[in-house]
Amino acid sequence: MSPAVRLWGAQILAIGRLELKKNFSFRRALPLYLLAALPLGIFGGHAIGYARGWTSCHGTEDLTVFAGVFQLFVLRLVVFFGCVAIFLNSFRGEVAQKSLHYYFLAPVRRDVLVVGKYLAGLLTASCIFGASVALSYGILCLHLAATPSAGLAGPAWHDLGTYTGITLLACAGYGAVFLLLGMLFRNPIVPAITVLVWESLIVFVPPLLKKISIIFYLESLCPVRVPFSGTGKLFAITANPTPAYLAAPGMVLLAVAIVTVAAVRIHRMEIRYGTE
Amino acid sequence: MNGADGIVFEDVSKFYGNVLGVNRVRLSIPPGITTLVGPNGSGKTTLMNLMTGLVQPSRGSVRVLGIPPSDPERLFKVAGYCTQFDAFPRGLTGYEFIYLYLRLHAMTHARAAELTARALERVTMTAAAGQRIASYSKGMRQRIKLAQAIAHQPSVLVLDEPLNGLDPMARAEAIALFRALAGEGLHVIISSHILHEVDQISDQVVMLSNGYVVAEGQIQAVRGEMHQEHPLQILVRCSQPGLLAASLFAQDHVAEVRMHHDRGGLLVGTRDPERFYELLGKMVLEGAIHLESVAPADEDVHSVYEYLIGGGGGAA
Repeated sequence: MSPAVRLWGAQILAIGRLELKKNFSFRRALPLYLLAALPLGIFGGHAIGYARGWTSCHGTEDLTVFAGVFQLFVLRLVVFFGCVAIFLNSFRGEVAQKSLHYYFLAPVRRDVLVVGKYLAGLLTASCIFGASVALSYGILCLHLAATPSAGLAGPAWHDLGTYTGITLLACAGYGAVFLLLGMLFRNPIVPAITVLVWESLIVFVPPLLKKISIIFYLESLCPVRVPFSGTGKLFAITANPTPAYLAAPGMVLLAVAIVTVAAVRIHRMEIRYGTE
Repeated sequence: MNGADGIVFEDVSKFYGNVLGVNRVRLSIPPGITTLVGPNGSGKTTLMNLMTGLVQPSRGSVRVLGIPPSDPERLFKVAGYCTQFDAFPRGLTGYEFIYLYLRLHAMTHARAAELTARALERVTMTAAAGQRIASYSKGMRQRIKLAQAIAHQPSVLVLDEPLNGLDPMARAEAIALFRALAGEGLHVIISSHILHEVDQISDQVVMLSNGYVVAEGQIQAVRGEMHQEHPLQILVRCSQPGLLAASLFAQDHVAEVRMHHDRGGLLVGTRDPERFYELLGKMVLEGAIHLESVAPADEDVHSVYEYLIGGGGGAA
């Protein structure tokens, strides 16, 4: 390995150390923990309710319900807003706190700084939301084993990795988008809301346009197709799903491309807190 | 000066939209303590931000020991900048603030810990290093910033209003530290609005007004260039002030002679200090007067600032 690559690796680790310390500080991480606890609350509550005899459940629909909650709630809201909080803060938050210059005054290439901050944000989001999804699904599988449909529990465990993986891809995709938005806009909330609206209204646009969306690829990867009915149809993406072998690397490539744009853009960034 | 030895601004301009930051700055800053002096908005911080790459020039180029500020990987191995922003990354202790940013230099834990301890000791913050920065007083925050800027032992140290918020004792310690660093061969560039302190610490000054450099160099040299427009004021205390005054009135280089307000000496304004000192020496040797003291009265930063920029000077 060349000395330059070793240096950048060591610097990315150092950036990660600093960022993780900030990201996991109680005050900053508390809203993320609360957000991540929501799916746990839903499926944990359901399992506890069944165990205590408060609710009845045959278990047959649980996997479909999980898929629906995962697509409509976890990906579109929990992970989305979690990534907004983590990645918008990566640069814009530091500008608001007037502390970004400490990084700019370190012997670190700015593109290395972008990569370090992105990876630290990705690790944070993946730990919090990946764990949330894995635990929620694990609870569901344990609950399923206790219902009359216990036979479904064994095969269901196989999808644990898929749901967790989709969550990590969501963190990678949304994270890259919000990292860049935080760098481009003084008030990135408006563009973030625009992304949210686009991701929500994607069902109404022609199939070709649906592909300019992160949620489209993520839902293509989901192991269980949700038969949306009633108002749920509003959220059903009807375009042909992209095969997993294209969707997963495509999402990674998209994230890499966006982070690359951010890495180029940061070279023009100036520290002018007074005018921000 | 060789471009690789100093800090060189070559025809540098910086505009913030339509607002002028600095214009057509040509500077070459040698080792030692250089102070940037000027009123608010004169361009001091812009110059510092330009030499550290926090802002980029609209025109011209900057080199710090031959390194362009657009190359932070090389620049900040040799440079440290203590900005005037009183803000810190949240949740860190003083120790972590220095140590974690030192790790960005790809140092080992042992080396970073050693340099952190040394920097904390230099600013007498060792005892408070374990506390969160959020609990620090203004003076402590200023000192921890200074420690962070010097921790990696840079050759160029840029300090924006470093004495702000320090009590008199801490100021004296900070000034002693700047002198010690300059004595070690560092380029120390300071902006300060406290002119009497600038006098104490500067090897050379750069005076700025409305984004332009109006004077630069050692203060005596800068003052020397102004003798025609602003004759040098010299306070002479001697046994026969009347006799001295009479002799001086006959000299064409003497612009004015006034009795000092304490009536114990003469305030002489001369456009040619060398000829004045020659005449004075001659009178002393002839025994015409007995000299008690002689000293320039306006050869300091405050006076030069007044002449060149005007307006207060105490709070530039």
